[in-house]
Amino acid sequence: MSDSKTVSPSFEKVQASLAKRYARERRFRAMGLGAILLGLSFVAILFITIIGNGYTAFEQTYLKLPIYLDPQVIDPEGTRDPEVIRQASFRNVVRQPLREMFPEVKGRRDKRLLYKLLSGDAPHEVKERVLDDPSLIGKKVELWLLADDEVDMLVKGHIPRDTLLEGSKAKLVGWVDKLQAEGRIEKRFNALFFTRGDSREPEQAGIAGAVAGSFYTLLVTLLLSFPIGVAAAIYLEEFAPKNRFTDLIEVNINNLAAVPSIVFGLLGLAVFINWFGLPRSAPLVGGLVLTLMTLPTIIIAGRAALKSVPPSIREAALGVGASHMQTITHHVLPLALPGMLTGAIIGMAQALGETAPLLMIGMVAFIVDVPQGPLDPATVLPVQIYLWADSPERAFVERTSAAIMVLLAFLIAMNAVAIILRRRFERRW
Amino acid sequence: MIKKTLALAALSAALVSGAAQAASRDYISIVGSSTVYPFATVVAEQFGRKTKFKTPKIESTGSGGGMKLFCAGVGIETPDITNASRRMKKSEQEKCDKNGVKEVTEVKIGYDGIVVANSKQAPRMHLTRRDLFLGLARKVPGPDGKLIDNPYTNWKDVDAKLPNEPIEVLGPPPTSGTRDAFEELAMGAGAKTFPDLAKLRKSKDAAEIKALMKKLGVPESAFNKKGKKVFKAVAYAIREDGAYIEAGENDNLIVQKLEANPHALGIFGFSFLDQNADKIQGSFVDGEAPTFDNIAEGKYPVSRPLFFYVKKAHVGKVPGMPEYLKEFTSEDAWGDEGYLSEKGLIPMPEAEREKYRNDARNLVQMPRL
Repeated sequence: MSDSKTVSPSFEKVQASLAKRYARERRFRAMGLGAILLGLSFVAILFITIIGNGYTAFEQTYLKLPIYLDPQVIDPEGTRDPEVIRQASFRNVVRQPLREMFPEVKGRRDKRLLYKLLSGDAPHEVKERVLDDPSLIGKKVELWLLADDEVDMLVKGHIPRDTLLEGSKAKLVGWVDKLQAEGRIEKRFNALFFTRGDSREPEQAGIAGAVAGSFYTLLVTLLLSFPIGVAAAIYLEEFAPKNRFTDLIEVNINNLAAVPSIVFGLLGLAVFINWFGLPRSAPLVGGLVLTLMTLPTIIIAGRAALKSVPPSIREAALGVGASHMQTITHHVLPLALPGMLTGAIIGMAQALGETAPLLMIGMVAFIVDVPQGPLDPATVLPVQIYLWADSPERAFVERTSAAIMVLLAFLIAMNAVAIILRRRFERRW
Repeated sequence: MIKKTLALAALSAALVSGAAQAASRDYISIVGSSTVYPFATVVAEQFGRKTKFKTPKIESTGSGGGMKLFCAGVGIETPDITNASRRMKKSEQEKCDKNGVKEVTEVKIGYDGIVVANSKQAPRMHLTRRDLFLGLARKVPGPDGKLIDNPYTNWKDVDAKLPNEPIEVLGPPPTSGTRDAFEELAMGAGAKTFPDLAKLRKSKDAAEIKALMKKLGVPESAFNKKGKKVFKAVAYAIREDGAYIEAGENDNLIVQKLEANPHALGIFGFSFLDQNADKIQGSFVDGEAPTFDNIAEGKYPVSRPLFFYVKKAHVGKVPGMPEYLKEFTSEDAWGDEGYLSEKGLIPMPEAEREKYRNDARNLVQMPRL
């Protein structure tokens, strides 16, 4: 009893409000956790829909057909000269087995539909085979050939059978069923997706052109923005006098990092294309524009890395007689480099995902040939995704998602490299 | 450090050679309409595969944007061909002339239908062009004949035969060629069913135009010596009160939105209807369904011609141009059963194909507009 009397009134007040305060803290924590869970669930939904839509694009439908490689058509003189074979028309060679398998198909229209079972690329495929192995000529061989995108969509179940049965392509379903029953239809790994450039035929379209374009663009960006960014960071951090002018530069660099990227695209159009006369759609121009965009990121990261090198190292170097320049190149820079590299990689990852500035310089274009250098016309991965998303053919839906998966894989890989670099080389003092 | 200097040197060398390369181009550069893009790209790909030339580069810039680039001048840095989902305008031809692009060949490639579609979960609509005008125009004739702000919010009010559904239409923005064509072919034709508006369209007499404008209640500031211009200002203006929703240039997006919202209608090119026939259906317009045959025979009223324009000065300088024109105008491509018809292009009648094939192969100068 006497104990309770010694307790001060303020203690009682605290006691009374304690439960409330704990509850408030629990609510706050629950809200924070909720925010994270909400964010994660959105990411999960994004990944699930993209992967759900896209995973089928890594497989492609092939037809097995008994192809008779008629020497009369391919190489009538029997020379086996690659040039002669290259000139020969293989269209009939791949159509013949279809006619034999479905002798009941008569009439021009139906026959055209029948030939649509195969991709327009099939004759080319057979030609390549024969060029690889001319001894096949005159033989009847079973070959797996690329199917048309509509057959592919039907086999994968992306087009409901009922809708096809209603339309003018109803017969297609019957033919596909028959081929499937005979085991002549198979889904295989879609290697073309990784080795071909863009195409308007979904079954022949690939991302190699866009990947090469992204590679050259990023190469130019890295070669330019890293040395310039590092030099600027070193100058500003180590040499520049502290005055109003350098303050102004600092503020401007921070502001530049927040400028919308489309503005850099307009600048690139005006300066690099209209003034310098560089070619439109070239990765070189894309790289220059993206350099402008990533420079602030690299400079800011570079300065932070230099700042984190302790002054004792500089002082020790100067103390044993190193010049200012030697101090920086021999001691400070090597220690700051991992941090700078991390900044550069994150800047590159940003540049990889950029579309808007490239719109202005003509990199949003249909380009079939895989670019061979930074001056060939090219697109980049995000642009390819944009173009496919806008195509009417149904089969491009899964390809769009598949390309997004590839882009995300690249981004995750780049960020992982940045994290590993930091873990491995970062030193704490 | 030396490595970096070397890399920089290599890069500046690349810059210089880049400028040098711009002086000669070994691929055809094409710009223009996003409607023609799906067709031109197929031709380009076939051309690249069949010939020894490089595959042309095609940018989708919109008809107007393409004309601007095309008419910027003669020279390797400008495009060789521009695609258009409408005819070149007089002002564009003048701009071309001014910049020295005097010799231009016009090639019509076929027709494209513009469809008004909705989700298959909803009943199919039977519209007339008059309904489309009344449903979508900013100002429509009221009960006393004067133009009033569009009062209709439900299709049932436009015409009692139409279903009881709110007016909600997803369509292209003003920069799109599809929008231009829709305004002219659907809205304009619908507006012409009102006698006063039809009279205004034909009139060239200032007094008559002024009288008609007064009768319709059009403010005098809109006066123009040509009645047609006043008519266009009235009939082609699409309402901005939320019933018409600009859905961007991406037609796939409109299709997805229609699927999610069975009450909405969408306006886009025929090829998207063709590819998504399991999800959406095209409305009848003036009693005609938007089918391939109906558009080809000219029965379906909302269809438009597609074009491309060739810069004659570049033929001979850029390799492969005659061959590309030959491929595009071959029966294999634009014929009745050509590969472009599979992509949704509606072929021209045979006589018209013959004319434009000749124009393209002989690079005939286009007429003054």
